[in-house]
Amino acid sequence: MDYVIGILPPLLEGTVVTLQMFFATIVLSLPLGLLLALARISRFQALSSAVGVYIWLFRGTPLMLQLLFIYFGLPFLPYIGIRLDDYPAALLAFVLNYAAYFAEIFRAGIQSIDRGQYEGAKVLGMTYVQTMRRIVLPQVIKRVLPPVSNETITLVKDTSLIYVLAMNDLLRTTRAIVQRDFTTMPFIVAAVFYLIMTLVLTWGFQKLEKKYAVYDE
Amino acid sequence: MNMINAVNIHKQFNQLEVLKGISLSVDKGEVIAIIGPSGSGKSTFLRCLNRLETINKGTIEIEGDTLVTDSGDGTIKYVAEPEARKICRRMGMVFQQFNLFPHLTVLENIIEAPITVQGCKREDIVPRAEELLAKVGLSDKRDVYPSRLSGGQKQRVAIARALAMNPDIMLFDEPTSALDPELTGEVLKAMRKLAEEHMTMIVVTHEMGFAREVANRVIFMDNGEIVEQGLPEDVFGSPAQPRTREFLQRVVY
Repeated sequence: MDYVIGILPPLLEGTVVTLQMFFATIVLSLPLGLLLALARISRFQALSSAVGVYIWLFRGTPLMLQLLFIYFGLPFLPYIGIRLDDYPAALLAFVLNYAAYFAEIFRAGIQSIDRGQYEGAKVLGMTYVQTMRRIVLPQVIKRVLPPVSNETITLVKDTSLIYVLAMNDLLRTTRAIVQRDFTTMPFIVAAVFYLIMTLVLTWGFQKLEKKYAVYDE
Repeated sequence: MNMINAVNIHKQFNQLEVLKGISLSVDKGEVIAIIGPSGSGKSTFLRCLNRLETINKGTIEIEGDTLVTDSGDGTIKYVAEPEARKICRRMGMVFQQFNLFPHLTVLENIIEAPITVQGCKREDIVPRAEELLAKVGLSDKRDVYPSRLSGGQKQRVAIARALAMNPDIMLFDEPTSALDPELTGEVLKAMRKLAEEHMTMIVVTHEMGFAREVANRVIFMDNGEIVEQGLPEDVFGSPAQPRTREFLQRVVY
């Protein structure tokens, strides 16, 4: 027990890194995903196709590869080559990757809304923007909550990939302690940390789903 | 001035010609019933009037304002979108499938467009919405969500929602076709009330009794054309066209 208490401070520090990456990614990738979804269903074919290619690229290659490429490969690109520090590089990779998944979730959600809702809004004189903001998107939120919840929980665990950039998140810190002390106990403690994080998220999403359960469709 | 003046409306879906040159002018306070077999184009025609469908040829004016004109060389020209929106806002519409907003309560459904579109203040529009709810007999449903309502109640809310925008014209697209027979009466009653208040109405319907009793003019459409129109007693009592006669014999009312 004393041993566990002893390793808590470094593990908590690692958790802070994990949570920072998690929250920054969520806050940026959800709105970006929504914009990409709206672009994907846009009437402008070029825009829609470009976003289609983007989504294909970022869903079609491993997140790990994207991380490594942005950190190690980006500086060597001609003209646009820039060198990013580990934190911005990791954040960029996560945001671009998760926005692609969220875009597809939102697109499916938006397209599942009945055409009659658009017509009902149109005959009341609403513009496209008003229709989206007041009528369509509020209904989309209810429908996409389960898949968004899924992705969000996956993200908590995906953040552990940043160990390849030698960033000291929860998992990398844990491994360091395991190698130092020759005991697997830190792995169990880290698992509990992850479980607590995902449990809080699960509760949060359950609350949200309950809130939206006041109406049926 | 006519409330609606539609001239020589043509509409095609791909190769299929749905409207083959329909013309209609509507006077203030007129109640027009459009009847006819399924696929005759009557709903499509109604939806062309408020640009839910865009036409391929013809002109439409609403209360003297041009919505779409024939430029003479076979193409048509709609007015700019903000102007079209303003013009079409003068026509309320009630759909067969209600199209209520499921995430909003009955009251919120009614006040949504007056607030977001017309910029009304909430405290000003709520009493008006309550008045409309009383009018359609649903005051007690003010704060429930649409999913808790019967079809007939939903349709009455849809009527109240359209009226909240103070339209000059009301379009009804088969308002009772999705309802159980015992629920059509309450919706027809609300529509009858509107007609008695001299609302200008165009009603696409299969309710022959309603068309006969409430309409000032009945239009029979078939195969994308107006076959016959006139006073209800004439169209129903002594139809001039064999196609009208044949249709009326087939429908039971």
